[in-house]
Amino acid sequence: MQHGKYRFIVGFLALPLGLYALFVIWPFIQSIYYSFTDWTGLSPEFKMVGFDNYSRMLDDEIFWKSLQHSLLFALLLPVVTIGLALFFAFMINVGGRKRRNGPVVTGVRGSSFYKIVYFFPQVLSIAIVALLFAFAYNPDSGAINSILRGIGLDDVQPLWLGDPDLALWAVMAVLVWSTVGFFVVLFSAGMASIPAEMYEAALLDGAGRATTFFRVTLPLLWDTVQSGWVYMGILALGAESFAVVQIMTTGPGGPDYSTTVMVLYVYQKAFRDGQAAYATTIGVALLVVTLAFAAVVMRLGRRERLEY
Amino acid sequence: MKTTQTPAPVPAESGAPVTKEDIPPAPPPKARKEGTVLNVFSHGVLVIWAIMVVMPLLWAVMTSFKDDRSIFSSPWSLPDTLHFDNWSRAWTQANMSDYFLNTVLVVGGSLVGTLVLGSMAAYVLARFDFPGNRFIYFLFIGGMSFPIMLALVPLFYVVNNMGLLNTIHGLILVYIAYSLPFTVFFLTAFFRTLPTSIAEAAFVDGASHSRTFFQIMLPMAKPGLISVGIFNFLGQWNQYMLPTVLNTDPDKRVLTQGLVQLAVSQGYKGDWSGLFAGLVMAMLPVLAAYIVFQRQVVQGLTAGALK
Repeated sequence: MQHGKYRFIVGFLALPLGLYALFVIWPFIQSIYYSFTDWTGLSPEFKMVGFDNYSRMLDDEIFWKSLQHSLLFALLLPVVTIGLALFFAFMINVGGRKRRNGPVVTGVRGSSFYKIVYFFPQVLSIAIVALLFAFAYNPDSGAINSILRGIGLDDVQPLWLGDPDLALWAVMAVLVWSTVGFFVVLFSAGMASIPAEMYEAALLDGAGRATTFFRVTLPLLWDTVQSGWVYMGILALGAESFAVVQIMTTGPGGPDYSTTVMVLYVYQKAFRDGQAAYATTIGVALLVVTLAFAAVVMRLGRRERLEY
Repeated sequence: MKTTQTPAPVPAESGAPVTKEDIPPAPPPKARKEGTVLNVFSHGVLVIWAIMVVMPLLWAVMTSFKDDRSIFSSPWSLPDTLHFDNWSRAWTQANMSDYFLNTVLVVGGSLVGTLVLGSMAAYVLARFDFPGNRFIYFLFIGGMSFPIMLALVPLFYVVNNMGLLNTIHGLILVYIAYSLPFTVFFLTAFFRTLPTSIAEAAFVDGASHSRTFFQIMLPMAKPGLISVGIFNFLGQWNQYMLPTVLNTDPDKRVLTQGLVQLAVSQGYKGDWSGLFAGLVMAMLPVLAAYIVFQRQVVQGLTAGALK
């Protein structure tokens, strides 16, 4: 298979690689370079300023706020989302009643129905989900306060997105709502591949459901949980949090920057304030946070790999 | 281990001689009770979450048929009559038809481009040995994990300098570039699993490399192309960040962008019912696609997380 091989390889790789290099790799390298300049993005002229942008960033109060919120997104969201998803997936796959002559562990009746419904939010655009919940959170006419009124809680009418103490939590709840289903399906697939004998053995030894979960299911599922964790963290630091915060909170960025996150701050600095160089500096900080997050999760989560 | 003492009624299969009396006639009460209680509990919890997922969606559908006054006065009441005019108003006056068309054009173009270019690159990387193969592969894969926002600022100026800002084809090219990492990753793994013998036979018979690829390998890769195609369809249809930055011309807006802009401007015009109709309109195609291609969607998306 040598004839014309290299011409073919070059011919087939040129276009995809060229496009990828031009629109992904090149801007990526450029942004690190720009972080050392005073480029505004508005005019083509700029000069090198060394670490000025970085020292400015360390003194920037809003940067620290956005970093704090981004870290909260990356650490808390996966815990809640993955915790809920593991719980639901275990219910769906192992929580069923034992039927006569059936397998030892079974899912509840209608497990495939649950999986289909839970996955709904995942296929919707996060922008559309954010819009929908922005209406639902409306203090006067929104669905949520109206439910609270309906069940007699007339006094409990939070401002939700308008309340600096609540807005961030309200936004995070939307991300949980939209991603839990994905992890339920992911973990269900993982649980389905755990051999039934493992469960049989555990039951024979007298393990209850909780013990079964912590001693059998979770350890065998650990690899999936860990990569799901990294995946969710990267989402929460990046595109997803940008959409929810930008669309749902006023400002955008919330009252008194109470919901601003790093991605949103990069966007605002670059495209609203005409400070492209400073924006890329925050972008570099975001890259560092993302890589550090992934490294920490991989490191903390490292366990002996279980073969089955 | 005594079979009779286990909580779960497992018939004696340990090979130990077990007489008939040793086997409990019915499952021990404890096991049965646990099963029942857990079953009620699990169903209860699962149903509550199912309601929490479906309610906001139903609420949106319901609201899209109501008039503006009842949206504000009683958010949860059923519409008095079905106001279909909301839908037609959103479609024509609120430019939903334009946003829809733009989205179809952008996603259609990028989807075809992503699949063609992605499978070409993946095929070469999976089946040919050449210096730099590994490097190029990891260059592509690396794109899956870095924050897009970092590249977005210079990307804006790259696209601008090429005169591609606010154009449909510019957006298509960028979508393709950002879809390549996962597509190449997924299809490379897929091409590696395909048997080599058929391709080699074709080559021996005188087919060129590209002919072998287009007429033999590509048709064989159809299941993989479908999975990764649906994954990309959803991702590109739902894209919000890229068009927000690269596409500021009101006439070129895609659905997600158009709706968000509409929500901002409707705040002044006050046509909430029309906005809800637009929202539901944008949700329906993906929900429909999901229900039809449910299995492939789940396959594609879960493969993405387990790279």
